[in-house]
Amino acid sequence: MKETLLSIKDLSIQYVTDDGVVEAVNGLNLELKKGETLGLVGETGAGKTTTALGIIRLIPQPPGRVVKGEIHFQGENLFEKSKIAMRAIRGNKISMIFQDPMTSLNPIFTIGDQITEVIRLHSKISRAEAAKKAKEMLELVGITEDRFDEYPHQFSGGMKQRVVIAIALACRPALLIADEPTTALDVTIQAQVLELMNKLKDELHTSMILITHDLGVVAEVCDRVAIMYAGQIVESGTLHEIYENTKHPYTLGLFGSIPDVDVEIERLSPIEGLMPDPFNLPKGCSFYPRCPKRMEICADVKPEETGISGEHRVKCFLYSKGEGR
Amino acid sequence: MSTLLEVKDLTKYFETPRGTLYAVDGVNLALDHGKTLGVVGESGCGKSTLGRLILHLTGITKGQVIFDGKDITSVSKAHLKELRKSMQMIFQDPFSSLNPRMSVSEIIAEPLKIYGIHKEKKALDKSVLATMETVGLAKRLQYSYPHELDGGRRQRIGVARSLVLNPKFIVCDEPVSALDVSIQAQILNLIQDLQKERNLTYMFITHNLSVVKHISDDICVMYLGKIMEKTDAKSLFRYQYHPYTKALLSAIPKAKVNVKRNKIILKGEITSPINPGPGCRFAPRCIYAKEACSVQAPPLVEVRPNHFVACHFTTEING
Repeated sequence: MKETLLSIKDLSIQYVTDDGVVEAVNGLNLELKKGETLGLVGETGAGKTTTALGIIRLIPQPPGRVVKGEIHFQGENLFEKSKIAMRAIRGNKISMIFQDPMTSLNPIFTIGDQITEVIRLHSKISRAEAAKKAKEMLELVGITEDRFDEYPHQFSGGMKQRVVIAIALACRPALLIADEPTTALDVTIQAQVLELMNKLKDELHTSMILITHDLGVVAEVCDRVAIMYAGQIVESGTLHEIYENTKHPYTLGLFGSIPDVDVEIERLSPIEGLMPDPFNLPKGCSFYPRCPKRMEICADVKPEETGISGEHRVKCFLYSKGEGR
Repeated sequence: MSTLLEVKDLTKYFETPRGTLYAVDGVNLALDHGKTLGVVGESGCGKSTLGRLILHLTGITKGQVIFDGKDITSVSKAHLKELRKSMQMIFQDPFSSLNPRMSVSEIIAEPLKIYGIHKEKKALDKSVLATMETVGLAKRLQYSYPHELDGGRRQRIGVARSLVLNPKFIVCDEPVSALDVSIQAQILNLIQDLQKERNLTYMFITHNLSVVKHISDDICVMYLGKIMEKTDAKSLFRYQYHPYTKALLSAIPKAKVNVKRNKIILKGEITSPINPGPGCRFAPRCIYAKEACSVQAPPLVEVRPNHFVACHFTTEING
């Protein structure tokens, strides 16, 4: 049995705005074991990024607020940490890669400076030593040392994302959170970056949470998958369990929405309707208004998590053993 | 089946301070009535410029565009206005392509007003509402403004606006890239249904290979302003002859487990389109590149019926 690295229990995060309260994350439970890669999948507004920001405690407050829940990382509750203690964790033990490499680098510092900065922040070594380490990191992500003194605008999108990866991994973090790391990149460049991430996480023994909306990317990189909808995990399990024995109607809808290059189909079968209004989530199951298999009970009662097999769990009355059947 | 659009040696160079940028370089293609031509390629390959050239949204450097039997390469402004009735465009970003100060019905009515199609307001409103219904926008949204709507609905406005003049030909420039997968599928279905109903002809520009396969009859693969491979959608996904197409298709992440795959990971990145050398544009990244590749650009030749490839070593590579 592998050791648990991160466990999130009953996490709820809200944003309080003039128009009302946005329930971004609602009672989310998640566990990540050492060395594993978890794919957190969902559409815009599902609460994926809010969850990630919650883990590193970077939810802007206000308007955001953590209503309840606990996040344990390496056995310690992150919500009990002081601001200073959190700063020592961010970038050091937990790193994050953001979606857009164009905006996550500082345009007025050389990339060398930006990699060195994070190393110097977290370890007491000389500037020269840090620069040497930074150059090693650069080589590791496939950029030659002679570009150390160049500025972000001199790099292409794929190269910038490599620099961001170098910064994120410079301190050998235990956990890497990658938020849509390849969404802004072209397919052939995406393939390069995914290969690099796969290689590095094995070499450096980093656990990873990969946030994405792309089920194809998940299949290439992840060991486990959690499908998120309206602030909750509606289905989770190993990659095989989710892809070969899909249960939740939302997950089925997601698979039906992507055209498959190997199969001929006349029409796609998309999910009808739209994401629910986060100001006003449905009383029962949040997928109820769009669900093709909805039942009476779904309108009023929130489904509990049900085990399917192994680690496969799903929140849907179609599979619960008790009432509703 | 008659040809609606023909493009001959279409070329667009942009002059930049660093030299001439070869955006589109000698593209030839033809498109039949009621068909969809998919144009795929990565950022900077010239696919959007190609679409804009055909619609005269940007000036042509060289070449010919023949639409509905007429050469429209150098048309007068007045004639161009007439032409635009039959050729329209759906833009990529439903957030920036709609005027935030106009309501949904105003946006859809604008083309009708410009062409003075309806003399009476009643008739105008009727057409607008009918078009809204066609694209699946509820009547109650007619006085809403774009910012009140989500991406999927906004893109429906974009589709409605392009349809309202009853065009023959629509250039769809990445119409679903900014949308979530479940919404993307809804819009793709809409675009396909409209084609069947109205016998529309599409040029569908995208970087998404699974989408292009799903929606196209013919596909051309572009790289740095040139067509690398061109054939019908089914054949392209069955046999690829060009090394770039092979790499591109192998790079699509598949939402499946337990599939054996030989992924070809390309080295390096797309080279600069400014003053490219005389040879094949793909040569700097090609694993099969030989000396000849950097000397002369390969022509697009037919290797099988209706399957065109621009590579010097098609037979050597594919046996």
